[in-house]
Amino acid sequence: MIKPRDLPALVGAVLLVFLAFATLSAPWLAADPEAMNLAAIHAAPSLSHPLGTDELGRDVAARLLNGGRVSLAVALSTALLAAILGTAIGLVAGYRGGWVDAALMRMTDGVMALPLLPLLIVLAALDPAKLGIGDEARSSEIFMVGRMVVIIALVGWTGAARLVRAQTLSVKTRDYVRAATALGATPGRIMVRHILPNVASPMVVAATLSVGNIILVESALSFLGLGVQPPMASWGNMLTGAMNVIWSAPDQALWPGLAIFVTVLAFNLAGDGLQRALDPRR
Amino acid sequence: MTGWLTSRLLQSLAVLLVMSVAVHGLMALMPGDPIDLMIASDPHLNAADAIRLKALYGLDKPWGERYLAWAGQVMRGELGYSRLFAKPVLQIMGPAIANSLTLMGTALILSLLAALPLGILASRHQGGWADHLVNAISFASVSLPTFWLGLMLMVLFSVKLGWLPAGGMQSLTGDGGGVLDSLRHMALPVATLAIAGIGQYARHTRAAMLNEAAQDYIRTAKAKGCTPRRLVWRHQFRNALLPLVTLLGLEFGNLFSGALITETVFGWPGMGKLIADSVMGNDFNLALTALMLATAMTLLGSVLADLTMARLDPRIKYR
Repeated sequence: MIKPRDLPALVGAVLLVFLAFATLSAPWLAADPEAMNLAAIHAAPSLSHPLGTDELGRDVAARLLNGGRVSLAVALSTALLAAILGTAIGLVAGYRGGWVDAALMRMTDGVMALPLLPLLIVLAALDPAKLGIGDEARSSEIFMVGRMVVIIALVGWTGAARLVRAQTLSVKTRDYVRAATALGATPGRIMVRHILPNVASPMVVAATLSVGNIILVESALSFLGLGVQPPMASWGNMLTGAMNVIWSAPDQALWPGLAIFVTVLAFNLAGDGLQRALDPRR
Repeated sequence: MTGWLTSRLLQSLAVLLVMSVAVHGLMALMPGDPIDLMIASDPHLNAADAIRLKALYGLDKPWGERYLAWAGQVMRGELGYSRLFAKPVLQIMGPAIANSLTLMGTALILSLLAALPLGILASRHQGGWADHLVNAISFASVSLPTFWLGLMLMVLFSVKLGWLPAGGMQSLTGDGGGVLDSLRHMALPVATLAIAGIGQYARHTRAAMLNEAAQDYIRTAKAKGCTPRRLVWRHQFRNALLPLVTLLGLEFGNLFSGALITETVFGWPGMGKLIADSVMGNDFNLALTALMLATAMTLLGSVLADLTMARLDPRIKYR
């Protein structure tokens, strides 16, 4: 029996399944997202173009679905990478204690205190050629997506690190950890086999809740022209295009933004539901 | 207390120093360098000039030396010249900070005026329909992409209805410059930021109020026959304000670093837009100064939040 208070979380989960299905099947469902047709720009919705076409005559529905694939891929990979980074740092800080803990936590505080968006803009504007990345690799889609993932994860691991450290501190004095130590288990084994499973469930919640924010950040960077580059579609850069034609075709701005909003909302609702489901105090 | 403050400030200074090294280093990894840009914009300059100019500006030196030279200049108060605006950096920062403060201060006040009552309402009817409604508003508000919200407001009020200007700070023609004109230009960006902020403040208010409701002193006050109104406002709300002060302290830094996205969407010449424009336009001096100021203000904000907490709450002791 579903309780009314679990309804929002259920709605979020259903939305996520729907989004995953729709964006994954984009190549079969929709037209070519980069095919231009200058004879049919800003076309009204029709059977062949369910949401009409954009300023270059590209199918809006196809770009929306493909853009969603990119946004979701970036957001999920970033959340995973940030969680791994944060967990590693938090585990080591919490388990080792002493100066290692102090140094790692001061670093975490430092990163947390930084103005995030300006910093992300600097990182996103770096010239990959000056980092020694070749021409061919630079222009590949994998690089473009990977770069966003790395940049956002680099500033996004702090929450996970704090969470895992706190959890580690409370777990490491338990008897079974002391027993493992007495039996001669190495610190690495204790951290991975005995402490990690106990910090896993709050981490899953935190990671789910972080996906929504990552989507917002990614689309903001793409909107500013620093994320996913055209002609590849992303929800953020579709809105940049829409802003440029806001006076001649004001309706273009509706769909990409709505897609971001619904997706972020779905992750937030689902994450909130998970949090309540996994909270032992409930 | 003084010891605590000193160590906090020293710590912030250390973060600032590390940040300055990092940002200066990252700037060197940006596409192009200032001299190449100068050459590209002036056909009279040739390759020999480029080498001389690089030597003149010290760009042929290794990075470490350049950083020290820059840091020395900043210490002496020489922030350099902005390439984009062709003005000394200091002259550009002043108005940009003022513009951001106006925009974000107004939005923050409006946001709080809506969020505090909503949060209190939700906490008084926990689990009731008001609570659910406020919860829905909060979820929607924190999930909204600000740039889309801004664009939608612009589409509605500027493009479709034609009631408000779509960008800038004042009209360039006719009766531009009046107070009413400025307010009309502020309306949409302020609304965007205020709506985007309601969710998190309402949530924090609700959580803080519920946290206080469970305290012993509330039960004592009730037992003494305190009226519900007095209970909520004199006892519960005043204590619930404490965690909100921390939140506002963290917001303090943002006031100075500006609302990067909203300012860019609406062409509002504040710090956020300045940072975005200077980074993307390769304006090194301006970008470095603006980023360092934003970082310094964010760090200062968190120290101020702790100090305010200590003043307001006698239970808190810092050592």
